[in-house]
Amino acid sequence: MKRIKTIETRDLKKSVKTGGCGECQTSCQSACKTSCGVANQQCEKCLSEK
Amino acid sequence: MIHRYKLNGYNIVLDVFSGSVHVVDDLAYDIIGMYEDTDTDNIISAMLEKYASDSDVNEAEIRDCIDDIEELKNDSRLFTADEYADLAFDFKARNTVVKALCLHVAHTCNLNCEYCFASQGKYHGDRALMSFEVAKQAIDFLIEHSGSRKNLEVDFFGGEPLMNFEVVKEITAYCRSIEKEKGKNFRFTLTTNGVLLDDEVIDFTNRECHNVVLSLDGRKEVHDRLRKSVNGKGSYDLIVPKFQHFVERRGNKGYYIRGTFTHNNTDFTEDIFHMADLGFTELSMEPVVCPPDDPYALTYDDLPVLFEQYEILAKDMLRREKEGKPITFYHYMLDLNSGPCIYKRISGCGSGTEYMAVTPWGDLYPCHQFVGNPEYLLGNVYDGVTNPAVQDEFKLCNAYARPDCKDCWAKLYCSGGCAANAYHATGSVTGTYKYGCELFKKRIECAIMMKAAQAENAD
Repeated sequence: MKRIKTIETRDLKKSVKTGGCGECQTSCQSACKTSCGVANQQCEKCLSEK
Repeated sequence: MIHRYKLNGYNIVLDVFSGSVHVVDDLAYDIIGMYEDTDTDNIISAMLEKYASDSDVNEAEIRDCIDDIEELKNDSRLFTADEYADLAFDFKARNTVVKALCLHVAHTCNLNCEYCFASQGKYHGDRALMSFEVAKQAIDFLIEHSGSRKNLEVDFFGGEPLMNFEVVKEITAYCRSIEKEKGKNFRFTLTTNGVLLDDEVIDFTNRECHNVVLSLDGRKEVHDRLRKSVNGKGSYDLIVPKFQHFVERRGNKGYYIRGTFTHNNTDFTEDIFHMADLGFTELSMEPVVCPPDDPYALTYDDLPVLFEQYEILAKDMLRREKEGKPITFYHYMLDLNSGPCIYKRISGCGSGTEYMAVTPWGDLYPCHQFVGNPEYLLGNVYDGVTNPAVQDEFKLCNAYARPDCKDCWAKLYCSGGCAANAYHATGSVTGTYKYGCELFKKRIECAIMMKAAQAENAD
């Protein structure tokens, strides 16, 4: 596309079927302890598939 | 739902419900903004008028761009509908396992930091150290309630956990001795102020800890202003050499230098850059959490300054990356390909359900920030959760539980926000800490912009 560049991202709609294993890190457990953010958490399943 | 914004020369369009990120030129940016409520003829005439002086923009170009937008829409990568609300409803009734404990091994501290949410480690209660017996019972509770979940997380927290290092070592050895037989894999984190950091601790953390969080606020004058020893002396000179020695020996294992910024240092990027100058690369800097009448509380007047600071940080990180000297900022870590699935994005941090804090006496709370609040006592490690009403309340804390989040583009990045912050700001765990939302949204915009810049550099 000439005017739109799409960055490769995980398809959240597809993850309804592939996600939900629950093995990922508890988000507050890493470095913040005073806020909530899940975006910086990695998917454990994706990591092991890599 | 989409979110469009311009930052650092990039026009970015985020498709909220698919997670797609598009970097577009000015024409596409404008057309996408009109697409949902304007018909094609009116888009064309508006664009021809706006771009009259641009020879590259004509009716055919505009139609091509509209076709591309249509294609992305049909491909569920733009204007994707929200199909997760029902999923969120199911979350209320879901059975959860416990997968992480914040072990408060020490409700005491060897520093006397003014802004400490844990009231100098005591959590508004008595000073205490956790016994091995309580810690062991906590681990047994965790294993028993973890179902088929393999990876279990334990954070040694306080107060200052190294004031009870013997129990930290003993309980780690206990976990290691049973994890194979129980089919579990323990990941330990230690959060420390560094005062008691020595080679023995470093050997231990390098062997056992998945992550170590080291508290440093940045520049000496900033750090020493609030992070003082019990006799009132700043702790910077004591801990910085220890942290540098630690990081030198840490190799490629995980750690964070974690700071807190307040109204006193709204120019907090100077503190992050100072950390980088000290040789630290894995960095986190959090806005202070405190009552609004505290002298160092962040104000609404600070917000524009803080927004600018986050932009400065993002641009500087891109510069450092180009120069081959990258630093990591916790809140700018986005893995767009292998990031969290939709379930994680909806359900959030898991406080009160998957994640609990344990006091030195074995009491269970939804997270470390609720410790000491009797209203939120969940139970204890011996009897388990005896107050399921509180747990049910926390099950509702998800991206779809808060009315304020309904039309927010960032809800699948924050899951509706921190329950503790919401409680402290509004009196309800399903309220909204709006100040925190503003900062959070700015951070995500910056983080996505960095991805756009990195994608451009990779081409």
